[in-house]
Amino acid sequence: MAQYLHDTPILEVKNLKKYFGQRVSTGKTKHPQDETPDMASGDKPKILPEKQKRLFGAGGGAVKAVDGVSFTIKTGETFGLVGESGCGKTTIGRTLVGLYKPTEGSVIYKGVDLSKATGALRIRNRRQMQMIFQDPYASLNPRMTVGDIVGEPIDIHGLASNKNERQERIQQILDLVGLNPEHINRYPHEFSGGQRQRIGIARALAVEPELIVCDEPVSAVDVSIQAQIINMLERLQNELDLTYMIIAHDLSMIKYVSDRVAVMYLGKIVELVYSENLYANPQHPYTRALLSAVPIADPEVERKRQRIILEGDVPSPINPPSGCYFHTRCSSALPICREIEPEKTDLGDGQWVTCHNL
Amino acid sequence: MEPLLQVSELEVQFGTYAGIVKAVRGVDFKIFPGEVVAIVGESGCGKSVTAQTIMRLIPSPPGKITGGSVQFNGEEIFKKSERQMRKIRGNTIGMIFQDPMTFLNPVLNISTQVTENLRVHKGMSIHQARDRAVELFNLVGIPEPKLRLKQYPHQFSGGMRQRVMIAMAIGCDPKLLIADEPTTALDVTIQAQILELLKEIKERLDTAIILITHDLGVVAGLAERVLVMYAGQIIETGTIDEIFSTPAHPYTWGLLKSIPRLNMKKGQKLTPIWGQPPDLLSQLATCPFLPRCDYAMEICTREMPEPFGRNLVKCWLKHPQAPHVQYNREVS
Repeated sequence: MAQYLHDTPILEVKNLKKYFGQRVSTGKTKHPQDETPDMASGDKPKILPEKQKRLFGAGGGAVKAVDGVSFTIKTGETFGLVGESGCGKTTIGRTLVGLYKPTEGSVIYKGVDLSKATGALRIRNRRQMQMIFQDPYASLNPRMTVGDIVGEPIDIHGLASNKNERQERIQQILDLVGLNPEHINRYPHEFSGGQRQRIGIARALAVEPELIVCDEPVSAVDVSIQAQIINMLERLQNELDLTYMIIAHDLSMIKYVSDRVAVMYLGKIVELVYSENLYANPQHPYTRALLSAVPIADPEVERKRQRIILEGDVPSPINPPSGCYFHTRCSSALPICREIEPEKTDLGDGQWVTCHNL
Repeated sequence: MEPLLQVSELEVQFGTYAGIVKAVRGVDFKIFPGEVVAIVGESGCGKSVTAQTIMRLIPSPPGKITGGSVQFNGEEIFKKSERQMRKIRGNTIGMIFQDPMTFLNPVLNISTQVTENLRVHKGMSIHQARDRAVELFNLVGIPEPKLRLKQYPHQFSGGMRQRVMIAMAIGCDPKLLIADEPTTALDVTIQAQILELLKEIKERLDTAIILITHDLGVVAGLAERVLVMYAGQIIETGTIDEIFSTPAHPYTWGLLKSIPRLNMKKGQKLTPIWGQPPDLLSQLATCPFLPRCDYAMEICTREMPEPFGRNLVKCWLKHPQAPHVQYNREVS
């Protein structure tokens, strides 16, 4: 998508973990997972003790939504994050913009650790990172007009000195996302799904961000409208020098929009490559299975295709398998995969894969 | 060959506070035994309403069938009593719904729900029905069927629930299976499993399948014939090869050009369809795609096009005197 990739990272994520506590009844009933060897053996650093208290049933019932993820996003690029539902991709996005606090690890934005940033610095960082949500129906307040929805972030960050300036700014942004500036006093229910998604994008753009996390930006929009939104995101990136992190489950969409793609499975990134290599030369068996599962809108291609069908379902993130998390469904799993978690194998140029069997 | 299902001039409308929504506006098609036909279109185009009307599942009010007929096996569906309909639903016509999460009753075990159909329609005893359920679970690929039958829906994953639903739908050897967005709620790897299963079922049982979806990829992999719907009408029909390589309606062109494909070349751009689908509250005197069409002609603003040719393309471009426009998917 981006014309030029700068090598300066805008965002660095180091060993990010996000566990969600489960509500387990306290006292009498002992949770079965308390006794699993994985949790009991202590060979891996667990949740920090003071945080442990905050999680109900932590140590046994915690959902490991994101389980040790590291990557960097370069200035000006579109970074795609793809995986099946429940793999933790949305949790990463929400943790990056500060909607969740990481259980462990750090998010470093332009050299500043976000968990340590306070006061004005924190507010400024928040302004520079915005988010577009999946559901254009649930993410807009039905009792606010479009003007107020887009104007609220401007007020919060004090970006307009008077009413006229505010009004002008809102109209400019509405125009930018292809909405009629005269619709400033309308309510969300008066718009279609595609238009609402544009309102959500306008709200994110209102504070002149540098990085936008787009969580499934088109999956709730009609097929014929999806390309409108994608093309607009592309145009905005060129006009406003934006960096995107796009989260989606649709591989063909991710491949189309992204410069680099990270493939997630069960809370971990298994492969991170340039998008052209993703299709031409996938390395991880999960990536290969995912690619072969995507239906292609071409009957001739479909007839000739050999599908890799993954057996069974994704294991529970409460009690993930030992070793490589994917070994339970992997057709080329070796004995070592059951025992030792694979290290990253460098594929050059910032690309890597985690698999024993390369 | 006699068609298994013949839908003609079907019209369905819904009364709402805003006015009367004409969801289906004169739909004609035939389904022959053993074939897989996909109905493709965006949300609100009337594809699900058409399918539900075949089963007479439209709640009335607000829904109302205002015209047309549906003949299944030579018998008129609209003339049947509710009692007679109940003998068809789940028996000779099976249905698979989109959402496997809400389809199963959470307080009944799986066995009760799978065997009910068999006992009612086939008059099986409990034991016979359970044996048949085990057989069905083996067919749809649910491991340890005896144990799984005793469990409750919450113990099943989304993909497994979809398999349960398919097992229930094919239990009475239906002649027609209506699959309404059967994989939309599932992840890609699970979707691939379910599509593979539907293919297998079609080959083994020779069931005709109506596949309702908005995903052209799913269509390309499973269907033999395609009906493209827009604003309550079928605007084009054809075999999958015709629809994907020589589509005739500008809306079909737009759909094909606006979706990204995995095998796209680098730098190739998507061409969106501009504007919005029409409001179904309004009367349509002209082609509903007119405001979004790049190839609109003067006649398009005056008259509704008739279906042209063997593939019933509702577009004036197919008129012998119209200028010839060639579709090319790669060029935008």
